[in-house]
Amino acid sequence: MTWIFENWERFWEVTEVHLRLSVVPVLIGFVLSIPLGWWANRSQTTRAVLFPLANVLFTIPSIALIVITPVLLGVKILDEINVIVPLVVYTVALMLRSVADALAAVPGNVIAAANAMGFRPLRRFLTVDFPLALPVTIAGLRVATVSNISMVSVGALVGLGGYGQLFTEGYQTDNTPKVLAGLIGTVVLAVLADGLLLLIGRLLTPWARAGR
Amino acid sequence: MPGYAERVKVVGIYIQGGPIGVVVATGGIRRVIEFRAVTKRFEDGTIAVDELDLTVEAGTITVFVGPSGCGKTTSLRMVNRMIDPTSGTILVDGKDVLTVDPPTLRRGIGYVIQQAGLFPHRTVLDNIATVPLLSGWDKRKARTRAAELLEIVGLDANFGKRYPAQLSGGQQQRVGVARALAADPPVLLMDEPFSAVDPVVREDLQNELLRLQAELDKTIVFVTHDIDEALKLGERVAVFQTGGHLAQYARPTELLAAPANDFVASFVGRDRGYRTLTFLHADVPVHPIDTAKLGERITVTDWTLVVDEENRPKGWLSGVDGEVEVREQDLISGGSLYDGTTLRGALDAALSSPSALGVVVDGAGAVTGVVQAGDVIQALAKARAAGEVPK
Repeated sequence: MTWIFENWERFWEVTEVHLRLSVVPVLIGFVLSIPLGWWANRSQTTRAVLFPLANVLFTIPSIALIVITPVLLGVKILDEINVIVPLVVYTVALMLRSVADALAAVPGNVIAAANAMGFRPLRRFLTVDFPLALPVTIAGLRVATVSNISMVSVGALVGLGGYGQLFTEGYQTDNTPKVLAGLIGTVVLAVLADGLLLLIGRLLTPWARAGR
Repeated sequence: MPGYAERVKVVGIYIQGGPIGVVVATGGIRRVIEFRAVTKRFEDGTIAVDELDLTVEAGTITVFVGPSGCGKTTSLRMVNRMIDPTSGTILVDGKDVLTVDPPTLRRGIGYVIQQAGLFPHRTVLDNIATVPLLSGWDKRKARTRAAELLEIVGLDANFGKRYPAQLSGGQQQRVGVARALAADPPVLLMDEPFSAVDPVVREDLQNELLRLQAELDKTIVFVTHDIDEALKLGERVAVFQTGGHLAQYARPTELLAAPANDFVASFVGRDRGYRTLTFLHADVPVHPIDTAKLGERITVTDWTLVVDEENRPKGWLSGVDGEVEVREQDLISGGSLYDGTTLRGALDAALSSPSALGVVVDGAGAVTGVVQAGDVIQALAKARAAGEVPK
């Protein structure tokens, strides 16, 4: 802890980078997974292709993906894109299933009622299906966010910022407090992000707790 | 409106509770629904509806009844194009539904689904306001209308802010009916709306529907697999047979008296003679009965009816000799009460009473006398002789 207070500026700087590198992919991945999840829920074929593909992508070690990305995309090895793109892939791989399952769990008679009331497809998706899928979707988003916050550290191995830098530097200079600072930062950030999403989820879905 | 007047005569007994405060006018719009040689064949080759020809009269409740897989729900869903027919035409007020784009068509036709199908994430008021909002009403007007409907279906205004999960099944279905009525559609489709609630609540909802219809005068198509519900609600009942055939389309009394074939006969049930009594009104002699109040000392000779301070029945006393004090724990509970309406009620009261005497009550629930099963049978014979029982 003392390391954090003595090196506050440095700690804040890596926190910022870490936050950016984990949150941006979650947002992009989340937005991408909504139409993909919708598509997977609609068509059996899409589901049969996308789900196994997502599983395979998720099993690729993050370090491998981070190293390969610059080669595939033709960007510089030190570009933040190299962490963002793999993490987007992981987020989509995780969220796709959540979104598809959440949409599949919307009660059939609610959908039939919506159709019978005269909703057009897009409006129905935005105002009925998607809001009802939110609780499960947000649960998936929380998992993806926490997992991203932990994975960003790997980026330090290819020279990118974030708490990972504190691990590599601390290890090389035999500075245990520095390593611990990175660990504390990661855990605190993960807990805060998770709590924030939980709170947002509760605010967005007051109906979900309106039991009898 | 001959159909309307007749219905009030036939099932008028169910319309109880008097007029309600809010009146919703349909502006005299009455729609006829016609099925012309309508066939629906699904992709797997099964025929759900086979050459259906049927006219739903304006301003009536028409019930489609039959076992599962008989095509009753498919027929209903073809009216608002949730399913399109393979061949044939469906006309609503003379207009072919296939010429109207489905969302537009559906906003003009009320729909009540099984288990209500309310939107769990919207408050009761917002649920009711769904169709007005879809049709572009402004929010305030839609909300005002929703609040009005909440009252019409008999729910307290404070339900408006609740979520569906905070309501009982019966209350949810009332909201379902309110939601279907919100844009004041002339046609209402009801797809087994009361099948998921318990019998007592179901009866409440059925009576409520009859009360509403007496005021609203909509063209209602109601689907059920329950023949009792069909006979109670329908001015006309269409009995569907497995394979999508229309077996018979008739008034309830005709259906009971003259089933078109063995299928209809077995579907309306072995007790159809008993059900027929529901539609008969005849005078049954009411006999006086000895009554006593709790705490009194009386001499019991035969069955004595114990009543409360307002003269409402509490139970029967028997099996004791000589002078006794009337005590609550000695009472034998009574059967159903007869309110002086149909022969079925009279017979049931007599048959279900431990004393074989059916208790007759007035509008306030006070005892006026008793009826006997034998008298009901005689009244039935008289009604037959007078030609009131259709052959």
